[in-house]
Amino acid sequence: MSGEELRSTISGVENAPLYTPEDVVVAYARDLGDPGGFPFTRGVYGSMYRGRLWTMRQFAGFGTAAETNARFRFLLGEGQTGLSTAFDMPTLMGYDSDHPRSVGEVGREGVAVDSLADMRTLFDGIPLGEVSTSMTINSPAAILLAFYLCVGEEQGVPRAALRGTVQTDILKEYIAQKEFIFPPAPSMRLVTDMVEFCAKEMPLWHPISISGYHIREAGSTAAQELAFTLADGFTYVEWALERGLRIDEFAPRLSFFFNAHLDFFEEIAKYRAARRIWATVLRDRYGAKDERSLLLRFHTQTAGVSLTAQQPEVNIVRTAIEALAAVLGGTQSLHTNSFDEALALPTEDAVRIALRTQQVIAHETGVVNTADPLGGSYYLEHLTDELERQAYEYFRRIDELGGVVAAIEQNFFQSEIADAAFRYQREVESGQRVVVGVNRYQLADEQPVPLLKVDPALEAQQIARVRALRAGRDSAAVERSLAELKEAAASDINLIEPIIRAAKVDVTMGEMCDAFRDVWGVWRETPVF
Amino acid sequence: MAGKIRVVVAKPGLDGHDRGAKIIARALRDAGMEVVYTGLHQTPEQIVETAIQEDADAIGISILSGAHMTLVPRILSLLRAEGADDVLVVVGGTIPADDITELKALGVAEVFTPGAATTDIVEFLQARAR
Repeated sequence: MSGEELRSTISGVENAPLYTPEDVVVAYARDLGDPGGFPFTRGVYGSMYRGRLWTMRQFAGFGTAAETNARFRFLLGEGQTGLSTAFDMPTLMGYDSDHPRSVGEVGREGVAVDSLADMRTLFDGIPLGEVSTSMTINSPAAILLAFYLCVGEEQGVPRAALRGTVQTDILKEYIAQKEFIFPPAPSMRLVTDMVEFCAKEMPLWHPISISGYHIREAGSTAAQELAFTLADGFTYVEWALERGLRIDEFAPRLSFFFNAHLDFFEEIAKYRAARRIWATVLRDRYGAKDERSLLLRFHTQTAGVSLTAQQPEVNIVRTAIEALAAVLGGTQSLHTNSFDEALALPTEDAVRIALRTQQVIAHETGVVNTADPLGGSYYLEHLTDELERQAYEYFRRIDELGGVVAAIEQNFFQSEIADAAFRYQREVESGQRVVVGVNRYQLADEQPVPLLKVDPALEAQQIARVRALRAGRDSAAVERSLAELKEAAASDINLIEPIIRAAKVDVTMGEMCDAFRDVWGVWRETPVF
Repeated sequence: MAGKIRVVVAKPGLDGHDRGAKIIARALRDAGMEVVYTGLHQTPEQIVETAIQEDADAIGISILSGAHMTLVPRILSLLRAEGADDVLVVVGGTIPADDITELKALGVAEVFTPGAATTDIVEFLQARAR
């Protein structure tokens, strides 16, 4: 290996050997404020974790709804405090399990949910009035929300009492995660329908989780993650305002989702800069008056991309450090990755260690006893300012391109991320960035770890299940619902109630997506590398 | 033989994780190869058709969806059916060790797992393609 180890942050921000009061000019009230006070740099709540710990929320899903229901119950039994649902690729892409494109993918990366019946099984025995549930679903988010709402009603929990989040962040799909179905304009209309519906009907629900996580996983820098995510957030705000909603009617329910990568201080600075920018822009550009509109509340997941297949136990250490950064950065909710996830979906034992990592941070390290314990650090405040500066520079460039949707169509984000990912790979391969166990301290003889295997028979079972559902339902009602959905999609009425009506007569998720595909068409990106 | 090595970098299936595919595509191009990147969400049929149209020496399949044991064998059998089984097939992604053995038995030349260096992939293709 050649090349001297770099001293810049993992994202390439230069570091001086020392920071002193000379380097950082902080006006306390203007730039930091107390936790719970504008601009919320130090945290969104005054008491922070003394008032309430973050929600420990492990992302889970594989196989059929019954398998994942068992994993949910295991996690709740182990002391987890919220649920988080991973759907399989066909569900994310709007295909039923028996679609030709679904072959080999059913239940592999998450749980297969084709219908209200599957959702009922997924949450069987879990009181939806008592848990909060996050669902990582984007293009078909409105359909999955409708299924959940129906299961809640069947349990006697009114929609207004349901607590949780659907990701719904379609912009980052075009930018990074690439699980898109429809073109940007109808996708944004559907997102805005959900924001409007939740503002009026589901006051405790978060209709969008504006996500930097996948942007970072696709290879972006911390500054790109910060800037692109907030720019997406402003875009959702503008569509909702355009719809005629008042800012304080919906902004309090917008939430965020960030990555926790390995560069410890850069990550903490990122969360602090995010809060400061969001509060400032919501107040000054969009005229928010309700303080809750100004609060950037976020979920964090440790960086999947930082996990190594080599010496996988070392990932426990990486994840612990990343999780600590998220907590010191003031997260409201946290998922810690399991050490075996560079190899497969996690085993129960691996997930337990990941959850225990959060419990150790919460109960043994003492970092929860004081809000923003690192606030005022010369280095941290310098990095916070620097990331904020880079974010505003990106906002300017995105504006010049005509906004987020126009910049997506011009492949701006995709190229920026690909460049950053390639640069990092080069730095690793030249030895300028050390990855323990990969390009230094390797083991000649790697010992295999036990892995979770998803039973291939589950795919056939799930296909039989969705076919049985189709055979047993009222087909006239299904046809009427689908016709209503298409008509609604072609008009400008809010689509959520028609989707709920379709869910109740067992129209499948794939059938609803097909109806929308017929009306709206599909999106294809021009690949760049 | 003169001329550049021609490689199709392919993303089969439904997953959108394209960081690896794009990094590999760029590294192969920088190493002097002709690279066609298919883009996302390709069927095995589309990938084989692209490889034949582009007269590819190799196909690099990037897959992180867990569907590799379904999709990769289909690509191999379609190549055979088209008489194009001289095309070198390599796979990259999160592939468990047992599946690597099976994929190689089916005709995959090499499987690169997380942490593989692009230089190793370049060297492999330079040695084995054509």
